[in-house]
Amino acid sequence: MLKYILIPLLPFASFLINILLGRNFIKDRAHWIAVPAVFGSFVLAVSAFLEVMNGNTININVYSWIASGDFTVSVGFLIDQLSAVMLMVVTSIGTLIFIYSIGYMHGDGGYYRFFAYLSLFVFSMLILVMANNFLLLYFGWEAVGLCSYFLIGYWFHKKSAADAGKKAFIVNRFGDFGFGLGVILIFLTFGSLEYLQVFGGAGAAMGQTISLFGYEVDLLTLICLLLFCGAVGKSAQIPLHVWLPDAMEGPTPVSALIHAATMVTAGVFMVARCNPLFNLSEVAMNTVAVTGGVTAIFAATIALVQNDIKRVIAYSTVSQLGYMFLALGVGAYSAGIFHLYTHAYFKALLFLGSGSVIHALHDVQDMRNMGGLKKHMPVTYAVFIIATLSITGIPGLAGFFSKDEILWRTYLAGDLGKLLWFLGTTAALLTAFYSWRLIYMTFHGKFRGTHEQEHHLHESPKVITVPLMLLAVGAVAAGWVGIPPVIMEHGDRIGEFLAPVLGHPEGHGTHAEEYMVMGASIFVALLGWFVAHRMYVKTPELPRKLGASLQPVYNLLLNKYYVDELYSKTLVQPVLRAADRIILGFDTYVIEGIVNGVPGLIGAFSRKLREVQTGMLSNYALVMALGALCIVGIWIFLR
Amino acid sequence: MVPLSWYILLSAVMFCIGIFGFLARRNLIIIFISIELMLNSVNISLVAFSHYLQSLRGQVLVFFIITVAAAEAAIGLAILIAYYKNNPTIKVDEINLLKG
Amino acid sequence: MTLPQLFFLYFAVSMTGLSLLVVTRRNPVHSVLWMLVLFLHIAALYLFLNAEFLAAIQIIVYAGAILVLFLFVIMLLNLRREETERMFQDQWPVGAGIGVVLAVFFVVIVGKIAVLAPLGEYSIDAVQAEGHIMSIGKVLYTKFLLPFEIASLILLVAIIGAVVLAKKRI
Repeated sequence: MLKYILIPLLPFASFLINILLGRNFIKDRAHWIAVPAVFGSFVLAVSAFLEVMNGNTININVYSWIASGDFTVSVGFLIDQLSAVMLMVVTSIGTLIFIYSIGYMHGDGGYYRFFAYLSLFVFSMLILVMANNFLLLYFGWEAVGLCSYFLIGYWFHKKSAADAGKKAFIVNRFGDFGFGLGVILIFLTFGSLEYLQVFGGAGAAMGQTISLFGYEVDLLTLICLLLFCGAVGKSAQIPLHVWLPDAMEGPTPVSALIHAATMVTAGVFMVARCNPLFNLSEVAMNTVAVTGGVTAIFAATIALVQNDIKRVIAYSTVSQLGYMFLALGVGAYSAGIFHLYTHAYFKALLFLGSGSVIHALHDVQDMRNMGGLKKHMPVTYAVFIIATLSITGIPGLAGFFSKDEILWRTYLAGDLGKLLWFLGTTAALLTAFYSWRLIYMTFHGKFRGTHEQEHHLHESPKVITVPLMLLAVGAVAAGWVGIPPVIMEHGDRIGEFLAPVLGHPEGHGTHAEEYMVMGASIFVALLGWFVAHRMYVKTPELPRKLGASLQPVYNLLLNKYYVDELYSKTLVQPVLRAADRIILGFDTYVIEGIVNGVPGLIGAFSRKLREVQTGMLSNYALVMALGALCIVGIWIFLR
Repeated sequence: MVPLSWYILLSAVMFCIGIFGFLARRNLIIIFISIELMLNSVNISLVAFSHYLQSLRGQVLVFFIITVAAAEAAIGLAILIAYYKNNPTIKVDEINLLKG
Repeated sequence: MTLPQLFFLYFAVSMTGLSLLVVTRRNPVHSVLWMLVLFLHIAALYLFLNAEFLAAIQIIVYAGAILVLFLFVIMLLNLRREETERMFQDQWPVGAGIGVVLAVFFVVIVGKIAVLAPLGEYSIDAVQAEGHIMSIGKVLYTKFLLPFEIASLILLVAIIGAVVLAKKRI
C-alpha cells in the first residue's frame, strides 16, 4: 500500500524541498532532487502497472478527508487499467522532460522554482489520475490548473507571459464552474462521490429528470454535459480553446509536459473515467463527438498559416485532442485513451524538438527566421522527422494505429459518424500539411536569420538530445500495442487491456470498409506531405502568392477566426467596464468604508477607554474596593 | 461575659476606618498606616475567634500576619524612599507613572 | 452590664476614636503617635482574650519596631510642604461611602452568624495549666512548622529587598 501512496508523494516531497530550501541552499542543484523523485514515481508506477496487468485493481482509502453526517469523502486511490496507463504516461514522459529541463533551463534565475512547480504539477496530475472519488479528482483538476498558471507565467516579468497565465486560469474557470456543478449534482443524485458507488448507481438514475428554468431535463445528460464543460476548458476544445496557444509563453518543457502530454488530456481521461455515465446519455455522447470533430478540423485550419513554431504545435495539440474527444463521443473510449497515450509521446517529442531549435537559436520562435537547420542539428532533425511521420499517420508508427482506430470507430457510428469521419480525415490531411510545412520551413532551405545567429548554431547537449531519442523510440513503438485485429490477430492489446474499465466499442464493419478507411487516411497523409513539399521546397514563392490571392481566408486563419477578438468585445471588455464602475462606487464607499470604519470605531472606543487608565494607584484601589463591596453585597443579598 | 459579636463589630468598624484612610488620604505614609490599621482589626477578630473557639489556630495566624505586616512595611517604606529620591513627593495623586 | 462588658465598652469607644484620629491627622508624626496608643489598647484587649504572648508581640514588634520604622522614614523625608496642602484626595467621598456601606454590611453579616465550629481542646484552663507561650509554641513547631519556616523566608526576602531598594548604589 505504501508504494502506491508514494507515487504522488515523491514529487510532492521534491516540491516541498525545492520550494522551501531552493532559494538559499539548493539553487542550481534542484534537479538532483526533482529528477530522482519523479523517476522513483515512474519505477513505482511500473510496479503498479505490472500489478494491474496481473488482474489486480487497487482501491485503497488512505485518509478520511471529510466526514460530515452522511457525506464522507476520503483521500483514496483507485488504480485500475485506465489509471495505470495514465500513470505510465505521466511518469515516463515526466521523467524524460525533467531530464530535458536540466539542459533547457540551465542558468535560469528561477531554476529551483521551475523544478518545484514542475514537481508540484506531477504530484497534482498523479492525484488527478489516481483519485477514487470525484472530489479528489476535482482537487487534482484544480491543482494542475494552478501549476499550469504558475508555469505559463514562469517568466512573469514578461507581460505577455503573465497575461497568458491569467488567461489560461480565467478561461479554465468557465469550464471548471460547470465541472464543479456537475460534481455537486452527482452528489445530490447518487449521495456519494466514490466512483464505484456513482457508476454502480448510474443505471438506476437513468430516465430521471430535473426541472431547469422550467424545462424538464434528463438528469444524466445534464450531469454529463456539466462534466464535459470542465473537459472542454481543460482540454482546450471549442469554444474554450483560446488559452492553449497563448500558454506557449511558458518554457518549452512546460508546453511539452503540461500543454501537450498530460494536463490537457485530463479532460479526455475524465470523460473516459465517467464512461458509465456518458454511455447512458446519447445527447451528451453526440455533443462530445461533434465538439471533438469540429475542434479537430477548426484547429488544424488555423495551424496551416501560423508562423510561430510553438503555436503551430499548440494548434496541432488542440486538433489532436479533438480526435480524442471524437473517439470518446462515438463510444470508442479505448481508442481515445490509446490516442492520448501515443499522442503524449510524439507531441512531447515535437515540443521538445522545437525547444531544442529555440534553444539553439537563442529564443527565436518565428519560423520565417529559421530554415536550413538540418545540417546544424542532425539529431533534432531526425527526431522531428520521426515525430512528424508519427503524427501524420504513416503506417507502422504510433500515430497511425491510434488515429486509424479512431477514424474507423467514427466511421462505424451511424450517419453522424460518417460525417465526423469525413471531418476527421480532412483534418488528417491538414495535419499532414502543416506538420511537413513546419519541417520544411525550419530545417530545409536556407537559413533566414541573422549571420550572427547562424554562427552560433549548434546541436543541443546530450542532456537534451538523449530524452529526445528516448521519446522518438516511444513515438515509433508506442502504437505497437494497438494493432488493428484486421492486420494482426489479437493485435489490439491495449483495447483488450482497457476493456474491463472502458468496455468494448460497438459497431461492426466489413474488412473492405476497414481497409478503405485505412487507405483513405494513408492517402491523405501522403497527399498532405506531397502538397507541403510542393509548396515549400519545389516552389518556395508559391505560399506567398497563394496567401495574396486568398487574402480574406488567409487573414481569417492567421487571426484564428477572430475568436480572441470576439471574446474581448463581447465578454472581457464589458466585464472590465462594469468592474471599473463597481470599483468606483462599491469599492470606494462600501469596502473602504468598512475597512476604514472598523479601525476608526475601535480607535475612538479605545481613546475613550484609555481614560480609565489614570495611572493613579488610589483610583485602582478604589475600583478594587468597589469590586470587593459588590462581592460582599451579592453574598449577603443572594444568600 | 462579652459576646463574640461585639469583638467582630469592633474589628469591622476599625477595618472600615482603615479602608476610608486608605482610599481618602493623599499622604503615602498615612496610607501605609491605614493598611496596618486594617491588619490589626483583622487580628483582633482572629484572636477573638481563637478565644471563643478554644483553638490556637487564630493566634498562630495572627503571628504570621504580624510577620507579613513587618515585611510589608519594610519593603513598602523602602520603595517609598527609593521613589522619593527620584521624585520628591509622597502625594499619591501626583504619582501617575503607570499612566499609559 | 457586667464589669467585663464595661471594660470592653471603654476599649471599643476609645479604639474607634483612636482609629479615626490616626487617619485624620494632618501631620504623619501625630498619626503614628496615636497609632502607638491604639496598639497599646489592642495589646490590652489581647490580654483580655487570654493571649499574653500576642500582647507581648504586639508591643514589641508593632509598637517597638514597625512604628519606629515609620518614624524613621518620616524623619528621612522632608515633609514640610505637605503640612500646608490638602489632606484628602478628590475621591475621598467615595472612599467614605465605601467605608460606611461596608460597615453596614458587616453589621448585617454579624447578625447572620449562627453556627460556630465545635470547641477546640485549648480551653482557658488547659492553656493556663501548660502556660500560654508553651502551648502556642507547640502548635507552631508541630502543626505549623512549614508555614513558620516560610515566614522566616519572607522576612529574609524583606530584609534583602529593603536593603536593595533603599541603597543608592549596589
